[in-house]
Amino acid sequence: MARIGVFICHCGSNIAGVVDIPKVMAAAKELPLVTYVDDPMYTCSETGQAAVREAIVKHGLTRVVVSACSPRMHEVTFRKALAQAGLNPYLLEMANIREQCAWVHGDDKAAATEKAIQLIAMAVAKVARHEPLTPKSVGVTKRALVIGGGIAGIQAALDLGNANIEVVLVEREPTIGGRMAQLDKTFPTLDCSSCILTPRMVEVSQHPKIRLLTYSEVKSVSGFVGNFEVEILQRARKVDMDKCTSCGICWQKCPEKVSSEFDSGMGKRSAIYIPFAQAVPSKPVIDLTHCRYIKFQEWQAAPEATRGKKPMECRICERLCPPQAVDWGQQDQVLKEKFGAIIVATGFQTFDYSVYGEYGGGKLPDVITGLQLERMLSASGPTGGVVQRPSDGAHPKTVVFLSCVGSRDDKVGRPYCSNVCCMYMAKQSILLKEHDPQVQSYVFYIDTRATGKGYEEFSRRAQEEAGTVYLRGRVSKIYQEGKKLVVMGEDSLMGRPVEIAADLVVLATGVEPAAGATELAQKLNIGYDTYGFLMEAHPKLRPVETQTDGIFVAGMAVGPKDVPAAVAHGSAAAVKAVGILSQEKLTTDPGTALVDAAKCVSCFLCEEVCPFNAVERETLRDKRVVARINESLCKGCGLCVSCCRPGAINLKGSTNQQLMAELMALKL
Amino acid sequence: MSVNAVVPAPGTPFVKRVEGLSGQKVLKCIQCGKCSAGCPAAFAMDFTPRQVMRALQLGLPSDELLGASTIWVCLFCQTCSVRCPMELDIAGVMEALRLVAIEDKHPAAQKNIALFHRLFLWGIARTGRLHEFGLGGMFNVRSRQPFLNVSHLPKMLFSRRLPVLPPWPWSKGAGEVRRIFRRVQAAQKASRGSHA
Repeated sequence: MARIGVFICHCGSNIAGVVDIPKVMAAAKELPLVTYVDDPMYTCSETGQAAVREAIVKHGLTRVVVSACSPRMHEVTFRKALAQAGLNPYLLEMANIREQCAWVHGDDKAAATEKAIQLIAMAVAKVARHEPLTPKSVGVTKRALVIGGGIAGIQAALDLGNANIEVVLVEREPTIGGRMAQLDKTFPTLDCSSCILTPRMVEVSQHPKIRLLTYSEVKSVSGFVGNFEVEILQRARKVDMDKCTSCGICWQKCPEKVSSEFDSGMGKRSAIYIPFAQAVPSKPVIDLTHCRYIKFQEWQAAPEATRGKKPMECRICERLCPPQAVDWGQQDQVLKEKFGAIIVATGFQTFDYSVYGEYGGGKLPDVITGLQLERMLSASGPTGGVVQRPSDGAHPKTVVFLSCVGSRDDKVGRPYCSNVCCMYMAKQSILLKEHDPQVQSYVFYIDTRATGKGYEEFSRRAQEEAGTVYLRGRVSKIYQEGKKLVVMGEDSLMGRPVEIAADLVVLATGVEPAAGATELAQKLNIGYDTYGFLMEAHPKLRPVETQTDGIFVAGMAVGPKDVPAAVAHGSAAAVKAVGILSQEKLTTDPGTALVDAAKCVSCFLCEEVCPFNAVERETLRDKRVVARINESLCKGCGLCVSCCRPGAINLKGSTNQQLMAELMALKL
Repeated sequence: MSVNAVVPAPGTPFVKRVEGLSGQKVLKCIQCGKCSAGCPAAFAMDFTPRQVMRALQLGLPSDELLGASTIWVCLFCQTCSVRCPMELDIAGVMEALRLVAIEDKHPAAQKNIALFHRLFLWGIARTGRLHEFGLGGMFNVRSRQPFLNVSHLPKMLFSRRLPVLPPWPWSKGAGEVRRIFRRVQAAQKASRGSHA
């Protein structure tokens, strides 16, 4: 027979001020199996917990009901108290008579007292049917996977590596460095982006604990915290990375020139290429969609009737490569790796402004994006740091910036602020003035958001020192008139329409999640918002965790942020991963679902509804296939329990029988 | 190009002149509007002080500002300058605009307002303080509108709000005020000489 102790907390006057404690105590004493009732002033205090412990020992209690605040608040506290008194910690039930009773029924004390009595009666009925539970423990694979080799991913990989944890850094592009590598200077200090980034990139490639997999993608993810199994697709570079000496002959001699993604279309690259001079690894890849030899091979393979003109069988790179590193036979490879934790830092791309017909829809050659201007400003960029109009190569003297293109705009489905544009416009206008003092820049803005350290001062510097004229308003239209672009807006401070005949218009395109981020999130079973930004477990208090244990997020993939914030985010994710990887064993909450194989009808509806992929199929000795719950993955949400038609699944600690008993105790 | 649109022209010679006279950099203004909000005379202005600063930032045609009532309605009380978060002397900018208007003989928005200013200063220079009755009388005579505001006179006289005679003896610092005026005039002459 269970011996139940009930502790009715006063919580100072929080509960006792509304609920009639003596009356509740008297009622609790009458409940079945209740052998002891006490009313500590603060049950959570050290004296209150001591009272619980003493009562367990002195009165031989086997079940405890604490009727106080919510379990979220203090369930862990009282479980510890039970364990200290030698009782299984899961033989506790909390009746919430504070948040759900005293606080909300302050105007009706009699009813609140009655409700408290009923809540306690329900808890007593339930706790009588509690079983002792034991948390399970699982081993931890002490390796981490970082997805995305931008600055956030690089920072996370380095921090993990320096914590002596083996790291695999997976990057989709042929090089790490991400978007930061495309930038010329960084605000607000104007230090050169490459000068601060490339040492980090090299550090990654030389780190003994970090394995770099570029030109690779995550194909599938299974497993759970501490024990993820990941398939990584390594795309064929068609270049033997061990043989290649990065001499550069191949990409200089390759006859096929195509628009460079890295230069945002402002320059050309060859079909065999490294994206930029400081790429890590500094080994070229062959772009299969543009390589002439690949086209030739396709031509050969096609049936004779359908194939057109015979293309050139180029193979110049192969012939000229001194160490014979070009390897046409190289195939895509799938690597299977085990990890204890995963950090997702997939970054961003800029908004495609062609939806804005009023800004030329991408058809006006001298309307460019901030990233394109950034490439032109860069001394190592396609124009060697000389800003030119794409139409005629002329040097622009009047430059107009438009902020919030693809930000703060409901019409294009981007109502959020992209966080970095205000500052990069200020930076670029300062740089334009530094490159040529005759340049006059104008910035159309809605608000100037300069919230970081030194940012407002920097924004003022653009206006006061570089003489950039800020015009408060959104541009309504840009049109070509002769060689000039006429920009029509309003200066809403003066309340007058404004027109500027510009040589160059720069659209500060906003940021959006990198292509493929949502597909990856689905593979990882982590959440994302309507725009595709990854969801953190709590926007304030758990900014790098996700709802899936062991998977962390960092950088722009979560939402717009600048370089300092992305670096801090990467470090934060790394330290959270270390929190898991530094443990020998992980304990899991025993409040998981359990399938009664005898009742299971193998419909596997549970498998479909489980948000955590915790339902597995198990073949019994009689060849029957039934559902089985992986306790390491199960979060105890109860979805499978409620959908199970034969009632074969129960949630430990909240079984159907317990819930029924709880309901039956309720007197309406 | 549409007819009414402003074509921004930052740093025109006119703007540079105003900046030189006032010693203020108009691009420093953040357009917060604290000056206009606290201006006791803003109700009577066509451009608020903030708009005057904005017009200078955009380099609007000088006619617009020199012909604005604002620069003459401004009382030079300096509330704006004291409160400006960017430490701009907005009242100084107004004064600079008045000086430019006088120098360029730009017609003021209000009739006779320049005359009023001249008479006001003339009186102060002489007696060291303001004698309202004298100023009013002189203004009515010089502006050839002898009956302007005369209807208020009996009440003002009766309630002793408007002493007929100038203060006697004249204020203690009258001599010093005169010396100040002489020094400023000499400095102005010198600076004009250097300009030319």
